[in-house]
Amino acid sequence: MLITLVGISIISWVVITQAPGSPIALTMDPKASPKVIEQMMKNYDLDKPIYQQYFLWLKKLFTGRLYSFKDGRPVLEKIEERIWNTLLLNLVATIITFSLAIPLGIFSARRQYSFLDHLGTFGAYLGISAPTFWLAYLLILGTVELFGYPVLGMRSFVTEDFTTTELVLDRIWHLMLPSIILAIHSIAGISRYTRSSMLEVIRQDYVRTARAKGIPEEEVYYKHALRNALLPIITIFGFLIPDLIGGAIIMETIFAWPGIGRLSYQAVLARDYPVVMTILTISAVLTLIGNFIADLLYGIADPRIRYR
Amino acid sequence: MEKQQSKVFWRYFKKNRLAVGGLILGILIFLIAIFAGLLSPYDPGKTDVSLKLKPPSARNLLGTDQLGRDVFSRMLHGSRISLTVGFIAVGISIFIGIFVGATAGYYSSWMDSLLMRFVDTMLCFPSFFLILTVVAIMGPSLINIMVVIGITSWMGTARFVRAEFLSLRERDFVQAARSLGVKDLRIIFRHILPNALAPVFVTATLSVASAILVEAGLSFLGFGVQPPAPSWGNILTEGRTYIFDAWWLTIFPGLAILITVLSFNLVGEGLRDALDPRLRGRR
Repeated sequence: MLITLVGISIISWVVITQAPGSPIALTMDPKASPKVIEQMMKNYDLDKPIYQQYFLWLKKLFTGRLYSFKDGRPVLEKIEERIWNTLLLNLVATIITFSLAIPLGIFSARRQYSFLDHLGTFGAYLGISAPTFWLAYLLILGTVELFGYPVLGMRSFVTEDFTTTELVLDRIWHLMLPSIILAIHSIAGISRYTRSSMLEVIRQDYVRTARAKGIPEEEVYYKHALRNALLPIITIFGFLIPDLIGGAIIMETIFAWPGIGRLSYQAVLARDYPVVMTILTISAVLTLIGNFIADLLYGIADPRIRYR
Repeated sequence: MEKQQSKVFWRYFKKNRLAVGGLILGILIFLIAIFAGLLSPYDPGKTDVSLKLKPPSARNLLGTDQLGRDVFSRMLHGSRISLTVGFIAVGISIFIGIFVGATAGYYSSWMDSLLMRFVDTMLCFPSFFLILTVVAIMGPSLINIMVVIGITSWMGTARFVRAEFLSLRERDFVQAARSLGVKDLRIIFRHILPNALAPVFVTATLSVASAILVEAGLSFLGFGVQPPAPSWGNILTEGRTYIFDAWWLTIFPGLAILITVLSFNLVGEGLRDALDPRLRGRR
């Protein structure tokens, strides 16, 4: 795992600083006097040999000394401000996803080949294939036409006069749309996955036994079959993180949600490389940790795998 | 032997109506892309500001955009971009994937571990963000987009190919070839690879679907195909400002993306079902 970690940081760094058309040379104003250029090169360590640049970058990253190109503030500080917003959004989206996807999958599996199953399957395909930004605009069009209420950002403009309940409701309202759309794609995928997993489990002998023993159908499904069907879903958990960060970029930009997705997009636009590199590395690391935890959970859940 | 296999495969595939529908749709879109020039009533780049932002009518089937260009013609030409990006990007990713997967699967031990570590590392990156970043750095041109998508999506293919190689490597026909003195490279390409390709078709089709979505997303964020070249993504972006007044600039491109991606997904899943021996017993 350590090697992967190192690999991640190296790739991030190489991609950003060494790619053709890259950065650091471009941010310097070619018309500046030689003294200024020299100073800038010193600031960004460009006067040192390549491998040293990499280590210096790493050091700066960990000690929080990496500064944004755009406004000179420490990168970590900028991230810290917004990461909770994104996490909030992702948390809500994930809750929505799992609470809808799993029941849908089970529902489909129970009525395999029925009309509802086919409908559900088709719906899932639509969900996977629809471009998220398009869905976002459709929903925006819909809600604004129907409700006439502003949908952008985290809170409405005139909030000083609101009572606490209204504040909370307002916050929830703004959360709903982006989370729902973020969730749609995942719901589609996970419900299909659940369905096929359930289908496989149902063919097993122990399910037949359970039924033969006279256990009520509901219990057979929700208690016995589900536990085993959920196992593969745990492995997907690890992969959810990078998807959410990627999907968040578009959602946050559309809904003007102040999270790190939007931060990264603005950073890319402004060619703010320290920020971009940091976010890239951090998401990769988070994914790694996520996968690791998923593996652990899988090991705990399925005793067969425990002793490698 | 191979002829029989494809007959069996077709029988299963045909039973899946959604997949067949997807295939027909896909072929249709492919034809549209090829004959876009002939099918377009107007020149997609021709501006006529007196006709700007007109709703769909008999003259302009899908309306006009803010510069008076016919949306229908632009959409037809946009299909070319989407399909081109899809196919070439996936072509690149399959090439890399097969190479890495075959090497890892055939030559086990340290080569395998090293390559798999590399695959794991690449898998950790949020792909869309990575693609966005690299395209932003290298400049948004059609080639850059295709190459970047290609070099960030090979990992799935690599894993599947490796898995197939690992199992096929121990089979009799490979042992036989080896004992006859056939060189390694020849064994890989001529003997093992053709049998390992089945999952690659599935991944390839599904990858085209996702590549098209990525291209649309990039265009939407401004880093895809640049205007005035028509791409479904950037028609949508340009229409953003007029969303409440000119709904046709938003609905149609998205619909086009949806239908195209849907067709590839349906075919891909159909392929997967038809090729997966475990599921056979049920039908």
